Amino acid sequence: MIVAGIDCGAKNTKTVIMNDKKLLGKGMALTGFDQDKAVEKSLADALDEAGLKIDDIEAIGSTGAGMEDIKDAKVKVNEIKAMAKAANFFFPNARTVTDVGAEMGRAAKINEEGKVEDFAINEKCAAGAGAFIEAMARALEVDLEEMGPMANTSEMAIPMNAQCAIFAESEVVGLIHAKTKKKDISKAIHDAMASRIVSMIRKIGVNKDIVMIGGVGLNPGFVESMRRELDLEKIFIPEDPAYSSAIGAALLTLEEA
Amino acid sequence: MTDETKKEEFWRWTEANWKNPDMKLEDLKIITAGIDVGSVSSQAVIVGDGQIFAYGNMRTGSDSPESARNALNYALKDTGLHEDRIDYCIGTGYGRVNVPMADRSITEIACHARGANFIYGPEVRTVLDVGGQDCKAIRCDGRGKVTNFLMNDKCAAGTGRGMEVFADLLSVPITEVGDRSFDIKEEPAPVSSTCVVYAKTEATGLLRSGWEVNEVLAAYCSAMAERIYSLIERIGVQEKFAITGGMAKNKGVINRLMKIMGLEAMKTQWDTQIAGAAGAALFAHTLVERGKGRK
Amino acid sequence: MKANYGYKDGSGDFFISIDTDKCTGCGLCVEACPNGVMTVGEDENDPFSEDEVASVDETERKKIKYTCAPCKGEGKTEPCIKACEPGAINHSW
Repeated sequence: MIVAGIDCGAKNTKTVIMNDKKLLGKGMALTGFDQDKAVEKSLADALDEAGLKIDDIEAIGSTGAGMEDIKDAKVKVNEIKAMAKAANFFFPNARTVTDVGAEMGRAAKINEEGKVEDFAINEKCAAGAGAFIEAMARALEVDLEEMGPMANTSEMAIPMNAQCAIFAESEVVGLIHAKTKKKDISKAIHDAMASRIVSMIRKIGVNKDIVMIGGVGLNPGFVESMRRELDLEKIFIPEDPAYSSAIGAALLTLEEA
Repeated sequence: MTDETKKEEFWRWTEANWKNPDMKLEDLKIITAGIDVGSVSSQAVIVGDGQIFAYGNMRTGSDSPESARNALNYALKDTGLHEDRIDYCIGTGYGRVNVPMADRSITEIACHARGANFIYGPEVRTVLDVGGQDCKAIRCDGRGKVTNFLMNDKCAAGTGRGMEVFADLLSVPITEVGDRSFDIKEEPAPVSSTCVVYAKTEATGLLRSGWEVNEVLAAYCSAMAERIYSLIERIGVQEKFAITGGMAKNKGVINRLMKIMGLEAMKTQWDTQIAGAAGAALFAHTLVERGKGRK
Repeated sequence: MKANYGYKDGSGDFFISIDTDKCTGCGLCVEACPNGVMTVGEDENDPFSEDEVASVDETERKKIKYTCAPCKGEGKTEPCIKACEPGAINHSW
């Protein structure tokens, strides 16, 4: 059965096409202020990569902040469930999964079938979401993509006092004025963020195999800060982590459609 | 009551110093000082025998000790009073531990309550102070002793900084925010995001969908009023109610807040920005009276 | 005095309130807290009081939502609240 999974995130819209459990194509577009257009574009790119046409799709599942607005979606998948399903699909031993999106952070405890046993969410405050690192990148005048690699070249541990992204911007500017190296500031930013996310994970209980999904998995600085804060050897990250929730939505659509 | 005005910016407050014309230096027995170093402004108040003798109010510089020094010099200017004559000095505010001439420091919560009791009179029971980087709500008794308080300095929503970020985004001078937020046809719904980062995104969306800048300002002033109200609600409002701090001068927020609360704020002849420093100086006076001052 | 330490941000209200009239300054909450959130010392908001009272450590006041998270969850009572014999401590969330 051919299905599409669409994850309408606050920043990016991600679409995957799957034939049963095989990934055929994927597409991503900036959500911006026109979600319909982002859905259309990411779906078209995914179909293109899969070499399929829209009529070949038997069912669409949607997840993410804007999922209710996707009219053609047959199945609407709760974000936590999509995240859990994806973690279980890639790493069947995983019992804890976390996702840091542009405007939210989440963590869930899952069982061997990928069902959610407990979860925690941070939303409506940028301090615990990807928007924090984005705002700090602007204050540092460093490209977002460079933030992580830069942080990993630092050996320093500078504490950040501000929690709020707005106050942290001023703190970063203060550090720049005090001639603190940008790589050290970048590490401090990732460490501060990781410590907040890890506290959230601790609330539901830390298990050995921790999976991180979502586009933040591509930020090596954040992954490293998380690993240090959790005191683990490794954090499990799937290939193309940004598409994980879309894949979770597609898999659950297969089950429910 | 100011005899010197330097510059006018940010919340329409003016750097100023003042000396009480009814008090004579040579008559004073106990002289104490309170210095409040805030994130935006710093004040020094000189109290003589329990009455305000002089004060100075100026912008905070990049460094707390220097701001404290400047504020004190400004207060002492043209008073004939020399710093050595001060019997006891207390530092307060967010930079309170960095006031070099202070004999001790006391929290801004305690000092604000004590200062409000003096500048508004003993009938004040609830004090709201919205500063550059925090929002404080304090309940106090007839002696100016704190009975309940909260302070939010973690989140920029509901602080001067949050408003400043918004004014920047909309390219509106901060001093025009209040007036322009009322120059609208109809009061819009408040901006729904509390977080300033997300509220900025929301505002950008509103502008794209055709809202006028003044409407977005109104929506943000109203969101800020609701936000501040939700903080005061936690400690409960008891009349009489007073507002201090920089935000007290932004009527776009304050008028909307008073409408939500359905009451009127107390008025005073004093500059409300000196509340914290006045409280610190008054505490210093009591300590000296009780023999706990400087040896 | 009711001292409310913490904050409100977009994600909710996070205040630990301490009733200093009930607090005896015994320090059991400090021992009970696994994350060093509580502390005991002079009442910094009542300069003329000689009694020691509990408060939230200054370095923790802006992050208790996160620091206190491990002690929260269904069926759990926060150890600081459990340890306080006079019942002076309360969490808003």
